[in-house]
Amino acid sequence: MSLTILNAVIAVVAAIAFAAVNAAYLVWAERRGAGRIQRRPGPNVNGPLGLLQPPCDGIKLMAKQIMIPGGADKALFMVAPALAMAPAIMSFVTIPFSDTIVAHSMNVGVLMIFAFASLGAMSILLAGWGSRNKYAVMASVRAVSQNISYEIPMLITVITIVMMTGTMDLKELVAGQAGGMWNWNAVPSLASPLMPVSFLIFFICSLAETNRAPFDLGEAESELVAGFHTEYGSMGFGLFFMGEYANIVIGASLITILFLGGWGCPLGLFPGVWWFLLKIYILIFSFIWIRWTFPRTTIYGLLNLSWKILIPISLFNLLLTAGLLKVF
Amino acid sequence: MGAYFSEIFLGLKSLVIGLIITFKEFFKPVVTVPYPFKTIKMSERYRGHIELIEDEEGNPKCISCGACQRACPSGSISLASKSVEYEAMVKGEMKTKKKKVLTKYNLNFTTCSLCGQCVENCNFGAITFSKDYNLASSRKEDFHFDLLKRLQERNS
Repeated sequence: MSLTILNAVIAVVAAIAFAAVNAAYLVWAERRGAGRIQRRPGPNVNGPLGLLQPPCDGIKLMAKQIMIPGGADKALFMVAPALAMAPAIMSFVTIPFSDTIVAHSMNVGVLMIFAFASLGAMSILLAGWGSRNKYAVMASVRAVSQNISYEIPMLITVITIVMMTGTMDLKELVAGQAGGMWNWNAVPSLASPLMPVSFLIFFICSLAETNRAPFDLGEAESELVAGFHTEYGSMGFGLFFMGEYANIVIGASLITILFLGGWGCPLGLFPGVWWFLLKIYILIFSFIWIRWTFPRTTIYGLLNLSWKILIPISLFNLLLTAGLLKVF
Repeated sequence: MGAYFSEIFLGLKSLVIGLIITFKEFFKPVVTVPYPFKTIKMSERYRGHIELIEDEEGNPKCISCGACQRACPSGSISLASKSVEYEAMVKGEMKTKKKKVLTKYNLNFTTCSLCGQCVENCNFGAITFSKDYNLASSRKEDFHFDLLKRLQERNS
């Protein structure tokens, strides 16, 4: 009994540490990447290559006072940032980094991650509502409508995958794709010839789920001051920021597990945690790359993309896969 | 239906083109200068505040005529001189002559509008524009330049 409690504590501490370190250093990677794309060096003053920038930012944020605006709903205002970070850390518990490195393997891991991912929209809604700021309310309305409309094609795509593999366990999902890149779910198979399209849809949806450019309607700086976290300073803002980057890591991990064979090597050699990390950091780089390439979409364009393109195509793919699974 | 799919494909194609462009830019060298650590040399025609020009012996070319002082619309230039006697050969005989020597040349940069009228009006090519641009201070006195002293410091 005591061993299981110890295990749980170690798992939680490891998950928090992984999420926090990633969040801090992805900010650095994001700023360096943005700099390179715009032909400037990015943060390079603090430490070698600017590697001490994240600790400096963290100390600065922690040293600041939390200001609660007058008329704000204090309870909701304080809960919202914690609610942004907590589901992200919870999701890490069930993500398998390799065959052995997983905090708690569940047979409904997919379901659990999507349940917690949906809580992210809740934190944005509470932040906007609680801070009694019209820009924050507008931003949270946008972000929530965006999250709802992108959850649908994402989940339909996941249903397609679950139908094909017949499991919701993330470890078994990866085990089903072992052996090389021709076994990955992203590669078209006889039962599901439109799998690359599904992969693209899932990729776009996970970009939208993290509220990042080009889908950053929730914090459109040029239109809505800073969006739903307009009134937040100090670590309240810091938690939203870290939550966003933790969600990026989860999005990349999910894409890797569902489509790119998890910890398996593309050629079937030496499966292990290094392949998983390599894959998620390549995906994270592509997230950063996309963010600094495309301008923000309009809210209409954003909802049209989801309802008129992604949902019909993913539904068609679901029906096609269902039919072909019966045939073969 | 055809228009629907062609729109999707054209949209995707344009997105990929954009991604290729930024990927190429990613590996190109940076074009910015880390300013406080490095500065760039100003171009030949940069017009900073004025500066005295020296002759071959290192003395100012200025003969203290005061044309720049009169030309200055803001009254930013103030100069002083003294008379010096010197011996010179004129038509085969030594004579004592007088000339003016610059003793003070101050520029009040707080009122200077960098119009360049002083440089235009100088008949002896004794002043020019400097290339200084790191001119920031919290004290007014820092902008009262003693140009004669600057010339001597440049020579020493």
